Amino acid sequence: MSEFYTSVDHFALVPALMLALFGCAVLLFDFFVFPAPRQRKWLILFLALGIGFAALGLVRQYMFLSSEGLAEFTAFRGALTIDGFAIFFNGIFLAASLIVALVSYRYLEIEGEHHGEYYGLILLANCGMYFLATGTDLVTLFVGLELMAVCFYIMVGFLRFDKRSNEAAIKYLLLGAFSSGFLAYGFSVMYGLAGSTRLGDITAALAARSAWDPLVFLALATTAVGLFFKVSVVPFHMWAPDAYEGAPTTVTAYLSVASKAASFAFLVRIFLGPLISAREVWQPLLAAVAVATLTVGNLAAVTQTNVKRLLAYSSISHAGYVLLGLVAGNPTGIKGIAVYLLVYTFMNLGAFLVLVALRRRDILGEELEDLSGLMHKSPVHAVLMLIFLLSLAGIPPTAGFIAKYYIFWALIQAREYVLAAIAAAYVAVAIYYYFRIVRSMFVSEAADREPLASSFGLRLALGVTGLLTVAIGVYPEPWLALAQNSVLLR
Amino acid sequence: MPEGYLPIFALGLFAAIFAVAVLGLAKLVRPSAPGEVKQEAYECGIRAVSDSRGRYTVRFYVVAILFVIFDVETIFLFPWAVYYRQLGWFGVAEVAVFLAILIVGYIWAYKKGALEWI
Repeated sequence: MSEFYTSVDHFALVPALMLALFGCAVLLFDFFVFPAPRQRKWLILFLALGIGFAALGLVRQYMFLSSEGLAEFTAFRGALTIDGFAIFFNGIFLAASLIVALVSYRYLEIEGEHHGEYYGLILLANCGMYFLATGTDLVTLFVGLELMAVCFYIMVGFLRFDKRSNEAAIKYLLLGAFSSGFLAYGFSVMYGLAGSTRLGDITAALAARSAWDPLVFLALATTAVGLFFKVSVVPFHMWAPDAYEGAPTTVTAYLSVASKAASFAFLVRIFLGPLISAREVWQPLLAAVAVATLTVGNLAAVTQTNVKRLLAYSSISHAGYVLLGLVAGNPTGIKGIAVYLLVYTFMNLGAFLVLVALRRRDILGEELEDLSGLMHKSPVHAVLMLIFLLSLAGIPPTAGFIAKYYIFWALIQAREYVLAAIAAAYVAVAIYYYFRIVRSMFVSEAADREPLASSFGLRLALGVTGLLTVAIGVYPEPWLALAQNSVLLR
Repeated sequence: MPEGYLPIFALGLFAAIFAVAVLGLAKLVRPSAPGEVKQEAYECGIRAVSDSRGRYTVRFYVVAILFVIFDVETIFLFPWAVYYRQLGWFGVAEVAVFLAILIVGYIWAYKKGALEWI
């Protein structure tokens, strides 16, 4: 070890190292160790091993923090900060990666696409997310963001012979690159104001200025535009429905939960870190964006007939709820964001997994008609989908209710009664379009007799997401304690 | 606003005014005599054979991307070579990690057949 790479640095880097190492190894093992098509499923085991090692690293960091009684520790001279927030979000990313990888095997078989690159990209994207949640340096954060985004550009266009997949990838790439440009511009202004890329130094430099300083506003506005693109809130949401619809369904699932959670972790770090002193400026701005997001997301979802597109608009509206937690800005709101993203990860993944199961040799299975009569054909899938949709709508006793409850409670604590009322009103709209799917599943006649795709991984993933969606709703205490640990405000 | 930037703004303003003024003046003074020969790409050169926007094989693009990767690699190796003695074994280890990642990509591209022409 040297002065540039101490044992603390290594300790902070282990999960990312494991993800990168296994990501590269999976790419090579595809050629050298498991070349035959029948051996491909071992790649998933290998990916699971990498995620397991990364999770072990996270657990050791958590044990270290709690045994020493520390709130956080920094590595690489403050470029990485390991705290409850980082560990919580990294746990979400690892769980999402593992679940998506489990269901991808069967899906890729049906689509007839490559396996090795896909699993490698999942691990490398997860590596980028690690730096988004732990990074406290502008350069580290930006590189982490790009690492994640580039992996997603490729995965969205993974079906090389599908026009829609290619179109989605190009749209996502162009808009993603454009938004990264905005973000880099905002970062350069922050660096110009502080003379440092460390978030702590920038916080101090911005706090020394007035909240209405034009340069602070320039930094806030451009950074916010870049971040809003990444979390797909109105008016920067246009890429999301197209990218979600065209991408392979497994990638859509991954994109909609992991990328969104990572981008929100990044957004919360920036808004509660460097930009905290300009709070009086961004609070009304965020409130307006959140209300616009709820409006567009919920109203556009009503008319959709493609379920992937419908879920894309629903995920836009969920981003609006998460933003409301930040608008409230109190510890309950920040805890609410963590709970919301945790719950959203499992319920949204679950809903997309049912669509993955609906993809069969000759049937795309993403239109509303493809779901009709699911109850008669496969009651297990229909009931699971019902649970996920109830949770997405926020109806007790599912986990989605706990998530929305904290956001609303935070708003009421912050005396934002109007916002709370608007958010509650849109739940009614959401129930309407989620129940269009339910009606189609339970009332209509089955459109085809083809049985659903099934594999051990798919059954396991559906079981885990379904179980967690119910479990967090029925017995939320341990999960709330975890989220409590992740609150950044002190 | 920082005052140090004033000369830059003045320069930008002057450049804009100068360009508009000169082009505007030329527009007023010059005679206008458009012709077909004048529209050609090389008015006084060799006659154009065909359109430059022809189709060429996509393989050039793969080779070009591989070239860019290894070009960037050398850019990263140069500063290390300059500070080789000061960085010591730590620098060697860092560069080894960097090269290992690139070599994984190289092996992948090779096994995928990116370097085979047909």
